[in-house]
Amino acid sequence: MYRLTTRTRAGTVTAIIVPLFLVAALALPAVASRGVIQDLFFILTMLTLAQIWNLLAGYGGLVSVGQQAFVGIGAYAMFAGVILLGWNPVLAIPLGALAALVLAVPTAFFAFRLQGAYFAIGTWVIAEVTRLLVAQWKALGGGTGTSLPREATSSILGTDAVRALFGVREAAARDIMAYWLALVLVVAVTGGIYWLLRSRLGLALAAVRDNVDAAQSVGVDTARLRWAVFLIAAAATGLTGALIFLQTARISPSAAFAVTDWTANVIFIVVIGGIGTIEGPILGVLVFFALRSALADYGSWYLMTLGLIAVVVMLFAPKGLWGLIASRKGLHLFPVRRRLTGPKIEGGI
Amino acid sequence: MIWLDTLVQGILLGGLYALFAAGLSLVFGIMRLVNLAHGDLIILAAYLVLMGVTLLGLSPWIAALIAMPVMFGLGWLLQAAVLNRVLGKDILPPLLVTFGLSVALQNGLLEAFSADSRRIPVGALEGASLDLGLVTVGIMPLMTFASAIVTIIALNALFYHTALGRAFRATSDDAVTAGLMGIEPKRIFAIATGIAMVVVTLAALYLGMRANFDPSIGPARLIYAFEAVIIGGLGSLWGTLAGGIIIGVAQTFGAALNPEWQILAGHIAFLAVMLLRPRGLFPRAVD
Repeated sequence: MYRLTTRTRAGTVTAIIVPLFLVAALALPAVASRGVIQDLFFILTMLTLAQIWNLLAGYGGLVSVGQQAFVGIGAYAMFAGVILLGWNPVLAIPLGALAALVLAVPTAFFAFRLQGAYFAIGTWVIAEVTRLLVAQWKALGGGTGTSLPREATSSILGTDAVRALFGVREAAARDIMAYWLALVLVVAVTGGIYWLLRSRLGLALAAVRDNVDAAQSVGVDTARLRWAVFLIAAAATGLTGALIFLQTARISPSAAFAVTDWTANVIFIVVIGGIGTIEGPILGVLVFFALRSALADYGSWYLMTLGLIAVVVMLFAPKGLWGLIASRKGLHLFPVRRRLTGPKIEGGI
Repeated sequence: MIWLDTLVQGILLGGLYALFAAGLSLVFGIMRLVNLAHGDLIILAAYLVLMGVTLLGLSPWIAALIAMPVMFGLGWLLQAAVLNRVLGKDILPPLLVTFGLSVALQNGLLEAFSADSRRIPVGALEGASLDLGLVTVGIMPLMTFASAIVTIIALNALFYHTALGRAFRATSDDAVTAGLMGIEPKRIFAIATGIAMVVVTLAALYLGMRANFDPSIGPARLIYAFEAVIIGGLGSLWGTLAGGIIIGVAQTFGAALNPEWQILAGHIAFLAVMLLRPRGLFPRAVD
């Protein structure tokens, strides 16, 4: 019997190890210091953004340089929910996804009119317009920004339980809550993308990536596919943005819509790790964090180095570090490729 | 007469944006490459000119004349050593490489020249103006606009009346067939990027003489240039000038209403054109 499967031995091992790893990560706040938790929160949220951008560019062929629009609008929607509507910050996070989705519809409408490379700058323009418009929103501090009110940050859902559980101060409890939410988010986003790529939609995406004309000829609706990927990515990015600024508890247009933080760094993570794989961003974020820690004292040299490394990787190893590993060892921890398995065919076909 | 004045200022500002955009338009027309580091290269050229003025004591014009061949060489090298390696059917590699370059260049400039905003000193010319009866216009904006027109005439002449221009057009239409006719596309691309960098230097000269600049303002110039190209329609340099003028006029009118709306008004004009004429006002190229 021959059958199509995406299963590999390494993939099965991953399926066993990842849950163990997650249980350990959930329990980590019991032993780790506040600084470690904050670093992990940063790594997890950057990983989430990287996975989403990888879905857009690596699988969907949509090279957006305007993802900061969705981070920013998601964060501002969460702040609006707390400050204007009086919601609990944790419950206001889904507002971020909703706002990003609402913004994504006109963005896609405009940007999809631009072909190829111009799509990239088109998304950037929309992000700039969004930033400038939000800076006019006086109720949320206008151009200078605002902070979450004290009552809201002290009453974040679950912090009391965390304080009782670990016996920590309120601010540390808030970080632990944010860390757990980031953990849930990164698992949901990575798992969701993994599932998506193994579904019919993923097959269609791979077909479009390999050959648009051939994909269309067998009935793949490429326009609908692009919309679907763009909207899913926008909503997930908005959610991440809301969570990031829940942890910082302070927002301003220049921070929330920063192209360097939310798009450049994310692109570098994906490119260095390996575009078009789920393993790539995971490896990339670790390299990114190591570099960031090592070069922390050297100011702008750090970003310059990161940019140059991305250029060199793109020139000499376009599939990134993970691509180098995967091609040497044939290792696929999150296999999404469909392969034919069964008894060896004698004599060939 | 305030509105007439605003209109004239906007048109003249459009000349500067057309200068930003001409190099971008040229490179895109020939090799379908969008250089995301274009804005940062403008800023780099501005610092080169500034160094000529402050360190060597040259006049800005001479400094720019010296910077032009340097920038040509840099553009040639960039294309030959880096960008030619990633050009191909897939648009992802060139985009990501130029994006990486943009961030690296921006932070390299920041390290070299600090975040202080600088200006290229031009002496008396800076505040000089010309009374045209109805409106008074600055000499500097007028010269910028004239330079933009001269640049476009020169580029069009190069494109349509020289052997090099024929090679540009042939490579743009079909690089493989052009190769069969003895044209080496990669060499042509390197020359095209070099020429784009000469235009960038001219744009940088006016940028630096008219206003303050610092290492962080490159990406915004890239966006204005890009908007001018798209509004004008791909492949038309005069269209690019028209696009620059539309952005310039929208910005000055926006600023006249409320200083905070200047940049926003330019972007909104761009989006409005995109909505009404998705292929720009004077499209020539199909893509």
